[in-house]
Amino acid sequence: MTVFWSLVRRDLVLTLRQGGGAGMALGFFLTVLVLLPLGIGPDLNFLQRLAPGALWITLLLSVLLSTDRIFAPDYEDGSLELMTMGPMPLELVALAKSVAHWLGTGLPLAILAPGLGVLLNLDTLLFGPIMLAMVLGSLALSLLACLGAAVTVGLRRGGMIISLLILPLYVPVLIFGVAATNSVTGVPELFGPSMLILTAISLASLVLAPIAAAAAVRAHMT
Amino acid sequence: MQAYANPARFNALALSVLPWCAGITVLLFAVGLYYSLVVAPQDYQQGETVRIMFIHVPAAWMALACYSVMALASAVAIIWRHPLADVAAKTAAPIGACFTFLALFTGSLWGKPMWGTWWVWDARLTSVFVLFLLYLGYIAIWQAIEEPARAARLAAIVALVGFINVPIIKYSVEWWNSLHQPASVLRADGPAIHSSILTPLLIMAGAYTMLFLTLHLIAMRTEIMKRRIHNMEQAEVQG
Repeated sequence: MTVFWSLVRRDLVLTLRQGGGAGMALGFFLTVLVLLPLGIGPDLNFLQRLAPGALWITLLLSVLLSTDRIFAPDYEDGSLELMTMGPMPLELVALAKSVAHWLGTGLPLAILAPGLGVLLNLDTLLFGPIMLAMVLGSLALSLLACLGAAVTVGLRRGGMIISLLILPLYVPVLIFGVAATNSVTGVPELFGPSMLILTAISLASLVLAPIAAAAAVRAHMT
Repeated sequence: MQAYANPARFNALALSVLPWCAGITVLLFAVGLYYSLVVAPQDYQQGETVRIMFIHVPAAWMALACYSVMALASAVAIIWRHPLADVAAKTAAPIGACFTFLALFTGSLWGKPMWGTWWVWDARLTSVFVLFLLYLGYIAIWQAIEEPARAARLAAIVALVGFINVPIIKYSVEWWNSLHQPASVLRADGPAIHSSILTPLLIMAGAYTMLFLTLHLIAMRTEIMKRRIHNMEQAEVQG
């Protein structure tokens, strides 16, 4: 288990200290949020209705754009090959990398989302629910991102393919995440079930995604 | 089954079966189209547009069936490492994508006069659209990776992960309130449609299945020959 946590720590430190880590994702998040009102128009009521969905989609894209940092640097310098031969099963390596990605990208964005939502006139009633739903949902997003990164590691034009592969899998998280967020001002009874399904998706990805990701890494190494 | 994993033997078998498959496909389409476009009665509410259903419903079934074939072949490829299973999975994808597109397109054509809109974002339609995207992603993986063995492994993983969507599509009309009607043919209490509609529908389903079988066999043969040519070229360059 110490190997697991030291890998999480290593990845997290690399994300935070190297450029292009968490700060970059946050910058991207912020930029999209500034572009949205410019494209849609500054009508505050309209923006308020749009805010939860816009924040969720921006979160998906930010997570997606940071996926190339999960496996690619380790693949290039050969440490990924060492990890496949190391004592820890590759499934746990994939899990550790997903957790590090979540702690470094998804979680900070989820916590900051309500604050940034002010730019879109997000209803203050939604601050708590959107943060909770995003913290839960972004775990699934990071796990699936890790799967996508494992499939496309070492490909020259991996970026386009990863969006085609992973965004369809993000659809359930988006649907139930937005449903949970909007239910607070809409139909309050929907909040519980939506959150439960969101949790179920995260837990299922927690078990299944690392297995698939490890299989994909092995396919690249042979 | 194992005996036909040999590509040469498979090719011989496919060659002898293909004319029959093609013949049955043409026959079933001729009968099915006659029954569905001429014999089947108009719907008292939908009028002639009900006939779109005879094209739409089997296409949607085949969209799911193709993905299931693809996922099954991928599982076989991962477990037993049959090269032929790779070929089967790879060649099923474009055919399945076409069926999915046909289902979406004809559904949209039917939706405009009946629902008053080309498209609604409800569970059934959205999940079928996601299926289409999954097909595209799968095809993209094959195109992006040059080395066939590696491409096959990764594409198989992608296909198996995406298979989660198939039961979601099947049950989407029961789990969520949908504008799309629920299952009316395969039900525990028997089909909920009159035989004058059901018979042509089933004939069309048979025709689509045979069409898939024919196209899949042709595509698999083509793929096997393509690989053989590739190997021969490689050998020539090296030797």
